[in-house]
Amino acid sequence: MSEAIKVPTMAEMLAANEVPEVLFWVGCAGSFDDRAKKITKAIVKILHKAEVKFAVLGTEEGCTGDPAKRAGNEFLYQMQAMMNIQVLDGYEVKKIVTGCPHCFNTMKNEYPDLGGNYEVVHHTQFIQSLINDGRLKIEGGGAFKGRKITFHDPCYLGRGNGEYEAPRQLLEKLDAELVEMKRCKSKGLCCGAGGAQMFKEAEPGNKEVNIERTEEALEIKPSVIATGCPFCNTMMTDGVKHFEKEDQTEVFDVAELIAQAADL
Amino acid sequence: MGIANIVFLVILIAAGGAFTYQVSKIRRNILLGRDVDRSNRKGERWAMMTRVALGQSKMVTRPLAGIMHILIYVGFVIINIEVLEIVIDGVFGTHRIFAFLGGFYDFLIGSFEILAFLVLFACVVFLIRRNAGTIKRFKARELTSWPKNDANIILVVEILLMFAFLSMNATDYLLQERGADHYIVAGAYPVSSLLAPLFDGMSTEGLIMYERGAWWFHIIGILLFLNYLPISKHFHIILAFPNVFYASLTPEGKFTNMDKVTDEVKLMMDPTADPYATPPPADPDAVPEKFGAKDVQDLHWKNLMDAYSCTECGRCTSSCPANMTGKLLSPRKIMMDTRDRLEEVGRNIDKHGKDYDDGKSLLGDYIQEEELWACTTCNACVDACPVNINPLEIIVDLRRYLVMEESKSPTELNGMFTNVENNGAPWAFPQADRLKWAEEL
Repeated sequence: MSEAIKVPTMAEMLAANEVPEVLFWVGCAGSFDDRAKKITKAIVKILHKAEVKFAVLGTEEGCTGDPAKRAGNEFLYQMQAMMNIQVLDGYEVKKIVTGCPHCFNTMKNEYPDLGGNYEVVHHTQFIQSLINDGRLKIEGGGAFKGRKITFHDPCYLGRGNGEYEAPRQLLEKLDAELVEMKRCKSKGLCCGAGGAQMFKEAEPGNKEVNIERTEEALEIKPSVIATGCPFCNTMMTDGVKHFEKEDQTEVFDVAELIAQAADL
Repeated sequence: MGIANIVFLVILIAAGGAFTYQVSKIRRNILLGRDVDRSNRKGERWAMMTRVALGQSKMVTRPLAGIMHILIYVGFVIINIEVLEIVIDGVFGTHRIFAFLGGFYDFLIGSFEILAFLVLFACVVFLIRRNAGTIKRFKARELTSWPKNDANIILVVEILLMFAFLSMNATDYLLQERGADHYIVAGAYPVSSLLAPLFDGMSTEGLIMYERGAWWFHIIGILLFLNYLPISKHFHIILAFPNVFYASLTPEGKFTNMDKVTDEVKLMMDPTADPYATPPPADPDAVPEKFGAKDVQDLHWKNLMDAYSCTECGRCTSSCPANMTGKLLSPRKIMMDTRDRLEEVGRNIDKHGKDYDDGKSLLGDYIQEEELWACTTCNACVDACPVNINPLEIIVDLRRYLVMEESKSPTELNGMFTNVENNGAPWAFPQADRLKWAEEL
């Protein structure tokens, strides 16, 4: 990196009397989790490279309420949602890019019932549109050329919202060998983190869900397990560690792969 | 009209009446649920029903079971044309009333025979598959005793009915060849003619007795089976169609908004609201509203229709990440429990009247908290269901009750709630640090 990228906040934009093209919704994992922060930075580098005029909410961003809602705490969810909607409407936000399928699903599908209407896209969809519009160019696939990559569908991007193609089309840009797991797309197996499971111990059973899923991914001996969700990323990374396969298989977000391929 | 026709008519009317009565009970039970509007976007609903229910589009994702099921389904639908003839013959004492169709009649009977054979074949395969014990979803803890027997009864009855139909035709075919009275020469018998040698040694009287016996067995069997449907998982053959029609059209990731919570949250967030204001006078007859669902009446009617539409195939359970990793949750059991509890509530209403409380509930007496907390809300069960049943809605509604009415969430989740409330994130990081990552760019 030659120059530091400045990440403007909505407040700064407003003060400068500017209007961003999109709001980048970072999400809690993307803001605080050390592994997920790398995904956030990759997304920012891509936005910067494509010269997208974007802003973040920064300290004004709060949890969308997704884990509270899935856990059954509708009060807490709606409190969060309404506070966020007040902030978003205050800045007259029209379009939101999220770094997490849970934020994406909640704001896209559930905020409208509470009066929050925005065009919400997942980061893989947005990056795909940047490439389609010729704003971002990936040449040669860089380090991933010819390597075996498998994509793990996040439930709330795939089954939840029917988006299976955008992340796969991005991976094709890497000139990698895209191999599907046995259970993929609408039959994809959960990583085990959804429905607020990320924040609790699993109920008693004979196996962890992420182990079951990682096992399946490792069967095809990929050099990269790609995903589009910070929680899936954590679960798959833990799974790969469990099988002590860190040397052969890495877990990356699609955005990280694109950023690396574009030498960002 | 002979005595036999009168007997037939009485049986027919009794069976029809009993079936109507049973269905009206199920309808009443389903309508015990809360209201939900599923009357919009009719065009899309018809298309979905045509594709998923009529077209069996989700069945074939598992090809062997899917194709076998389509054989039985097509056979069932088309052979019912034959039942129409049987009913007319039974009422008016005629024999093969549609025989005047000539070559077309030959085609009809011929295709019924082939379908009947295929149905019989598929049922035998299903019976073996189900009982050989190699398929995990047929060995689950919720699939013992009655559910297990129910499945076998259905398959055996279908085998018997198809055999009665084919052997009836076989003897009819022989009687036609022998020129017996009343047995006009009509129809084509591609399958039953192969069975004919089994009966060839019998006298003409014996053949007539067998043919009549099989005829009565077949039609009475069908009428009894019709009345077995409402107490069986096999009721799916009727409810599959409306159940798909009324299924949710929103993206699977979208969970319902609780409007009554919205009212309260708006009030809380309104800076002009007076927290000490006297609330508007409550309607004294109003039932205090619950948050979430504790019992079947707290679910909406489509959840309850889902329960009656479930044929316990277990595709939901076999695609459930929690179930496949040994957790207690089985989405199929959620549906079966909902139906069992609803049936119990229905029986209570029949016996003790509408307001009777037996002190039991779906949550606790049927479904345990551990099952609910194992769900990752991944929607695999919803996606897998061939008739668009949604077990996830029930799971989430029961979670809502646990959390909002009883504050009974797992400790770690309480911690997560507190964090979200205090610092706007599920972890205990200060909100002020949200943009720290940007300094590392």
